[in-house]
Amino acid sequence: MPSLIAEANRINDFVVKFANVNGTGSASANSLIMKAIFRMGVPVTGKNYFPSNIQGLPTWYEIRVTREGYAARASHVDIMVAMNAETYAKDIRELRSGGYLIYDSTWPRSALLQRGDITVIAVPLAKLVNENFDGVRNRILLKNIAYAGVLAALLDVDLTVISALLSESYGKKPKLLDSNTRALRLGYDYVKENLTSPLPLRVEHMEKTRGHIMIDGNTAAGLGCVYAGATVGAWYPITPSTSLMDAFKGFCERYRVDAETGERNFAVLQAEDELAAVGMVLGASWNGARAFTPTSGPGISLMNEFIGLGYYAEVPCVIFDVQRVGPSTGMPTRTQQGDILICAYASHGDTRHVLLFPANPEECFYMAVQAFDLAERLQTPVFVLSDLDIGMNDWMCPDLKWDDAYQPDRGKVLSKQEIDGLEKFYRYLDRDDDAIPYRTLPGTSAKGAYFTRGSGHNQYGGYTEDSAEYQVVLDRLKRKFTTATKYVPKPVLIGKGNNSVGIVSIGSCDGAIREALDVLMLQKIEVDYLRIKAFPFNTDVEAFLKSHATIFVVEQNRDAQLKALLTLETAVEKSKLFSILSYSGLPISAHPIVDEIRAKLAEAPRLTAVPR
Amino acid sequence: MSYINKPKVAHPSLPTNSLGLTRRQYEGSMSTLCAGCGHDSVTAAMVEACWGLSMQPEQLVKLSGIGCSSKTTAYFVSGSHGFNSVHGRMPSIASGANAANRSLTYVGISGDGDSLSIGMGQLVHVIRRNVNMLYLIENNGVYGLTKGQFSASADIGTKAKRGETNSSPPIDPVLLALTLGATFVARSFSGDKAQLVPLIQAGMRHNGFALIDVLSPCVTFNDHEGSTKSYGFTREHYHPAVEADFVPRAQEIAVDYPAGEAIPVSLHDGSRVILRKLDPLYDPTDRGAAYNYIENKLKQNEYVTGLIHIDEADNTEFHTLNRTAAMPLNSIPFERLSPGSVALDKLMARYR
Repeated sequence: MPSLIAEANRINDFVVKFANVNGTGSASANSLIMKAIFRMGVPVTGKNYFPSNIQGLPTWYEIRVTREGYAARASHVDIMVAMNAETYAKDIRELRSGGYLIYDSTWPRSALLQRGDITVIAVPLAKLVNENFDGVRNRILLKNIAYAGVLAALLDVDLTVISALLSESYGKKPKLLDSNTRALRLGYDYVKENLTSPLPLRVEHMEKTRGHIMIDGNTAAGLGCVYAGATVGAWYPITPSTSLMDAFKGFCERYRVDAETGERNFAVLQAEDELAAVGMVLGASWNGARAFTPTSGPGISLMNEFIGLGYYAEVPCVIFDVQRVGPSTGMPTRTQQGDILICAYASHGDTRHVLLFPANPEECFYMAVQAFDLAERLQTPVFVLSDLDIGMNDWMCPDLKWDDAYQPDRGKVLSKQEIDGLEKFYRYLDRDDDAIPYRTLPGTSAKGAYFTRGSGHNQYGGYTEDSAEYQVVLDRLKRKFTTATKYVPKPVLIGKGNNSVGIVSIGSCDGAIREALDVLMLQKIEVDYLRIKAFPFNTDVEAFLKSHATIFVVEQNRDAQLKALLTLETAVEKSKLFSILSYSGLPISAHPIVDEIRAKLAEAPRLTAVPR
Repeated sequence: MSYINKPKVAHPSLPTNSLGLTRRQYEGSMSTLCAGCGHDSVTAAMVEACWGLSMQPEQLVKLSGIGCSSKTTAYFVSGSHGFNSVHGRMPSIASGANAANRSLTYVGISGDGDSLSIGMGQLVHVIRRNVNMLYLIENNGVYGLTKGQFSASADIGTKAKRGETNSSPPIDPVLLALTLGATFVARSFSGDKAQLVPLIQAGMRHNGFALIDVLSPCVTFNDHEGSTKSYGFTREHYHPAVEADFVPRAQEIAVDYPAGEAIPVSLHDGSRVILRKLDPLYDPTDRGAAYNYIENKLKQNEYVTGLIHIDEADNTEFHTLNRTAAMPLNSIPFERLSPGSVALDKLMARYR
């Protein structure tokens, strides 16, 4: 939030937005610039605003250069690389005062110059490229690289870093390397020869990205599934979860194929729909494999019946819900946290489900592993509630680490020897007084065989329509959900913990909230922040709600679903919860959080944010 | 109540199979279906088939959806795991279970409502996926548990118990499976155990998806005058075209078949099916011819039964195409699944 923190110094602190046409290959140029800045040691985030379309519609990519390392979307644009004539008007409007507009002046547009408070930088990109390269498609692609060259000159991006990146991409294709390098120089040299550079907004080497990577959450989650030992993935393609399964498959092809025999230690089933996808996961998990399905809101709606079966028949199941904008088909390529309630209570009857809320790709990796441990320990469906912002955007994260001592928690699965030692095996008996029964796997032993059903059953695993027998099982399931609070990850507290004002939030709001806390701190407003990482809520959540007089619940949906869940599932008084909501489909930024907290505290003096 | 177990005490003189087990040891819970239900005959055939195959009970996995038919998985082989899932969705449970452990024998029991209405999508796709399983439809043309509505397999002109006449065309699972390229398609009748048992055995041993449509009359809602799925009508109109004898692995063919009438087909595990053509015009290895033959007979109100089509040379079984490891996926040691810290550290370079 540079407008509030350090207005004067704009080095390594600005936002570049690229306005492109979908399907023109702009992504590689945009990512080239982002990666080069990242390699210069400067923290960056990349956010993609793309249409639900294959080719032709407008698409934007936003790079936030952030020396403070903020992860959230900035709510302003300093430099607009306007490469789509159709959106010029909108793109110019979006620029902040004092900003820069870069456009292709092959076709001069005097109308563009009407805004007096911005600087228009005209570069005849198409002309330069057409004079130097042949082929329609080639020229379109290389024009992108040429504007990357323009930016490199204007922002003072290290050319040796860019060259290294190009060599890595095209090292084995000398012709492509040559054309890309020439295109880059075309843009770069044009600026150097014709314009003043660098701009006051520019990049300088830092040392803040060492030990970090740029990764999206779906890739990290897919990798987490590989590391967790998942062997069966079932899915029906749906934006924005598709790249999670693509990642899983890609990593499996790398790590799970026997070099000699070509045998694969995994199976990916592309199902006919989400109903089948989750059915496959239940079948595979019931049969002892770690199995998962990635999906999004519409998929969750379809999966509801099976999720209830998983809950009642106590079958492990891992579901990644990469949330997108609802209701209905909604806006498939925009982000939201709108599936909290449907996941918490999915399916008819009395059901409650374990939810995990990753805040970034790093947590997608670790929570993928945790989700399998929880699902098998608790014998129940577990949801990882990611979203499009986390899943598909490029985040700077600490290197992912793996502890080789990790052993998967397969839960209470009886071996043949253990079954032989029993007088008789009963599937749903609470032998350990923790409400988690023992299960057996098909193929183990006839003595351990049982009949799994979604119809009424007693604690011995038999069919029942007897009220008392039915209730014994249903009441134990309720106790099992309490047991779950001991296993799910604890919330993260930022702040001293003894302020009277607090923020409670989940998932991808984290970056914006942390940034807002910094801004509020500068204004001498001190607020505690609790980031909930899982449902059911454990005692730390309850304690935070109890000890704070005013609590802002920040979330990305219209109906305050997290707030609703808190009021239903904790003892908190509804009157002390205030919602800060963002549901535009764009990732939340720090501005509205700061503004709404300040406004609320100003309107009610009793809500002053001083330590108790 | 279906959890009432029948006593397993067997008379010492009862015959045993090669595992030393009697037929009683392949039974399940007491059936709760109506007395005389065709499904109970299918259950008896399942017991006989598993006993005859000397199947280790724990090597069998029983799967079903919802409905009268889907209850029957509780009534045979209580030493096997069973999964009574949700309505019409058994194929996905079977697909996932089979993906996790390819070494077990999977039998799905479904009905005409479960398979041809609510579960049509899943049936179609499990055939296409060619999951190695036996899928048996207990087909009676009506919904039993909801008291007698027509199902999607009801024939045009058939009468419901309460008098209305069905006017929608039936979906024939056999024609459907042939269209989709299933490599083992059979039809039988619950009243013909001699025909049904070897079909079940061969279907279980077939490497790939095997469908058996079993005409299995509903004594309560569809066994009256005017019904085309009654015992009487089925007995009169069923037309065995090709009988199948099942010969387990390592067993000699004991019967002398007249030359030209018997076609031996070797199954994946070394067992064999001897096809006996009752109609010399019939060729069960020709999918297109089989389709035409059945369709023509249906027009004459004849249900063709027997092993209608088999293609044992087909190589599209799910795991074969996937090149899945021979060791069941659920048994591969964790160390071989998780790439470890060194690989992860190395991978990080890709994201800088």
